[in-house]
Amino acid sequence: MHTLEDKLFLVRFQPDDHSHIHINNKELCQHDCPDKPCTYICPAKVYEWNEEVKAINVGYEGCLECGTCRYGCPRDNIHWVNPRGGFGVMYKFG
Amino acid sequence: MALWGMNASFKNREESFMTVQEPTQQQLNQERWRDVPLEFEAIVVGAGPAGLAAAYTLAKGGVKTLLIERGDFPGSKNVMGGILYSYPTHQVISDFWKEAPLERPIVEQRAWLLAEESVVTIGFKDPGFYEEPYNNFSVFRSRFDRWMANKTVEAGATLITETVVTDFLFEERADRRKVAGVVTNRDHGEIRAQVVLICEGANSILTQRLGLQEDLSPGDLAVGVKEVIALPKGAIEDRFNVEKGQGVTIELIGESTQGMFGMGWIYTNKDTLSIGVGVMINQLSRSGMNPNTVLEKMKQHPAVRPLLTGGETKEYLAKIIPEGGYHQVPKLYDHGVLICGDAAMLVNGVHREGSNLAMTSGKLAAETVIEAKKKGDFSSVTLKAYHDRLQDSFVLKDLKKYENASALFQSNPHFFTLYPKLARYSARELFTVDNVSKKDKQKKIWHEVTSRRGIWNIAGDMYRLWRTLG
Repeated sequence: MHTLEDKLFLVRFQPDDHSHIHINNKELCQHDCPDKPCTYICPAKVYEWNEEVKAINVGYEGCLECGTCRYGCPRDNIHWVNPRGGFGVMYKFG
Repeated sequence: MALWGMNASFKNREESFMTVQEPTQQQLNQERWRDVPLEFEAIVVGAGPAGLAAAYTLAKGGVKTLLIERGDFPGSKNVMGGILYSYPTHQVISDFWKEAPLERPIVEQRAWLLAEESVVTIGFKDPGFYEEPYNNFSVFRSRFDRWMANKTVEAGATLITETVVTDFLFEERADRRKVAGVVTNRDHGEIRAQVVLICEGANSILTQRLGLQEDLSPGDLAVGVKEVIALPKGAIEDRFNVEKGQGVTIELIGESTQGMFGMGWIYTNKDTLSIGVGVMINQLSRSGMNPNTVLEKMKQHPAVRPLLTGGETKEYLAKIIPEGGYHQVPKLYDHGVLICGDAAMLVNGVHREGSNLAMTSGKLAAETVIEAKKKGDFSSVTLKAYHDRLQDSFVLKDLKKYENASALFQSNPHFFTLYPKLARYSARELFTVDNVSKKDKQKKIWHEVTSRRGIWNIAGDMYRLWRTLG
């Protein structure tokens, strides 16, 4: 069985040098979001809770640009814009 | 007419898939950008099924059209389950099947009701679907959309890639505000137009920005993940029982989504399968599962696993699917602007149709713009004709017919949990030969079914199902 990491390795990305995803308010993630759905509903697992710094790590480089997080964040706390033209995911099949 | 922003190696893109774009190419694109005229009659945002159908129809109709795509070529960001419908595509480009890059004409559609370890199946096969004008095809968007974008350019439209529309230009008048163009993320990136057609897809950022779509909730959208899996030569014909070149679709409900409201699918391509699953975002949130886990579980189901034996995964993709239905369709027009395709929520989830609604909406929007140009009026008074055309077409008629489907399935999870199990129990009991009389078997089934869900509840479910889908 393929792991998600194996599958993401097959996808072509052209990562920009700055993120197209921002968490609006880190405090909300820490104090007002016990379930943190972004950490599991994202098909590419871009979001990861970092216990040390008490914040969500955003691995925007592997974003598949579906938009699930924009609608699935229960605190509406994810600012997501399209990556700059020519950057981001580049599907071979689609 | 012209292609801007395209990589110089565009035609040899297959070979350059793995290469990293040189910075000089970016600069070159920026130079080309400076040559793009600053004014068009129509701007189409997004080169997917809706945008391509719109831009092609506009160009053919003599409208000076700019098609803006954020990917490095049209199709590079586009994802769907994998079925293109012949009729609406033929309406835009006649006899497209003679030259378009297609995978397989579909001759058989199957529906699988999955329970643990078992499957109840139903299907329809007709070799007549293998003849012109065909019914539908499996396709890859990155190939088909690139082909259709080239046809659109041949028809006279201007295409600019690697460009993101971030905002709009407005024309303020005493009594109204009219969209008068777009702002892109390029330097000096403003382009004016009489009308803008938003074909941005399901993640409808621009439609929301205009206030035409309210904030969507996670109950209005599904997330779909898909894998493209290469199979050994001849495996598709053998495993799916079809003649060479013919295709099959399978829709899977029940256990395929771990009991969540959604659907799985398996589509045959030339030498690959498109296998995926879509589940409502709110239900996925509650489940605590990752969509890839749902897909992996479906791939391990005993009815699915043998189809994938010896397969090699080639790509993993994700997309959101508008499932809000008729009630969540945004306002489709305003002064100087029209909304098409997924951005307009035009998806018929019950029949897993989307690309056909997108293409039809793009075509109808373009025809409305061609008329508006003749009248010289792009206000909402004229553009409302787009809404009326959609209302008179199958697009909004079908969405209206199933207007309560999403609510029914959201509030009645047993359609995806209990009923597949009961179907399994009943079928297994009925088909097991063990010298128990059929009458006693029927009694046993009846007893089991009614002990799991009361007879009046079942009657109520069936009535609601018939009222909603019938």
